[in-house]
Amino acid sequence: MIAVIDYGCGNLFSLSSSLDHLGIASEIVRDPARLADADKLILPGVGAFGDAVDKLRRTGMFDVLLERAEAGVPILGICLGMQLLFEKSYEYGEHDGLGLIPGRVCPLADDIRPDLKIPHMGWNALRIRRDDPILADTADRASMYFVHSFYAKDCAPAVLADAEYDAAVPALVAQDNVYGAQFHPEKSGEAGLRLLSAFANL
Amino acid sequence: MIGKRIIPCLDVRNGRVVKGVNFDGIRDVADPVEMARFYNRAGADELVFYDITASAEGRGLFTDILRRTAREVFIPLTVGGGINTLDDFDRVLKCGADKVSVNSGAVNDPSLIERAAKKYGDQCVVLSMDVKRQNGGYRVFKNGNRVDAGLDALEWAKYGEDHGAGELVVNSIDTDGVRRGFDLEMLAEIEARVRIPVIASGGAGRKEDFLELFRAGVADAGLAASIFHFREVSIDSLKEYLQENGVNVRR
Repeated sequence: MIAVIDYGCGNLFSLSSSLDHLGIASEIVRDPARLADADKLILPGVGAFGDAVDKLRRTGMFDVLLERAEAGVPILGICLGMQLLFEKSYEYGEHDGLGLIPGRVCPLADDIRPDLKIPHMGWNALRIRRDDPILADTADRASMYFVHSFYAKDCAPAVLADAEYDAAVPALVAQDNVYGAQFHPEKSGEAGLRLLSAFANL
Repeated sequence: MIGKRIIPCLDVRNGRVVKGVNFDGIRDVADPVEMARFYNRAGADELVFYDITASAEGRGLFTDILRRTAREVFIPLTVGGGINTLDDFDRVLKCGADKVSVNSGAVNDPSLIERAAKKYGDQCVVLSMDVKRQNGGYRVFKNGNRVDAGLDALEWAKYGEDHGAGELVVNSIDTDGVRRGFDLEMLAEIEARVRIPVIASGGAGRKEDFLELFRAGVADAGLAASIFHFREVSIDSLKEYLQENGVNVRR
């Protein structure tokens, strides 16, 4: 069973619908104690980094996530959930993340041409940088749906795929059993579903 | 690099897709869930559902359609129509909407933009505006384009961006339903003032209209209804045409 972590940050309807559609057993989990029953975890999230970290701590998910990651359970962070995996974010202040992947989260606007739109919103192509089982069914140049204004930096060793937006935006990252997707696989059509399916099959 | 988006818009009333011509003479087209499936297969980058129902019963049908669509179509879904309060945001987000489009609701209470952005994130808030030329300027209209909202369109677009709208849908009343191309002149004025993505709406009649829109560099996405609904232009052939002409689109 995949546990989709519900800590009050975002809409889980699409994510759990997409897993249902793929025939993958999943459960929306609010009680951190229930995470021990799951063989994989998905950490979704939309909104602001600082607020999300507060909620992870308040719900008790923060420490359990660290403990499950240490135990080798595959974890997939999506969008803000991916950013939370890093050490630090500079979104409205400075906040500590889970620190499961080395790197920090910074404003995209500081590093790209001023004529490019913020948020980075829409479909962009993945450039695969490193092979990994999660990419088993994903073609190089597959388009995924992105929507974000901050992005991960100083995380080159973890980058499995990036997307060109004047900066090389880390799109899919991994360190051992911990994965993060900056894009929304549950909103990226067939290509996104194939990636979710590959995660479920890890 | 990010691709230009093609977005079909489904106006839904009493559980069916309709399309008005200049907001009059509404014709019934088809079952919305069936159409969403069809557009997804054809390569639509997103879908917009517009609730033009007045009755509570129609509203129930609408959320049911939304829920059924979101269970099998996995591309971004934007919902608009009758969004006046945070409760309205809540209602459609729970049924699978990813973005919520506010129009008259934001005109009547501009604080709605910021309150919604704080609660659901900027990415969720789409400011949709109906714009008409008047006395050499661009004015915002509301309530089905009958009432001058008392706002300058360029200032309103900027206000939306500054208060947390993640995206703008700009519909030209002057070109809507006329099918002679998007309102490039007006879009250029808006585009020059904001950094958030702009979705152009109103006036698409042929494939060439989308090419002109994207070549002019005045929008990130093109939205249309009737040319897709009546199968005059298919989304896959439109994207093929755009790609052949050097526009970056998702294929």
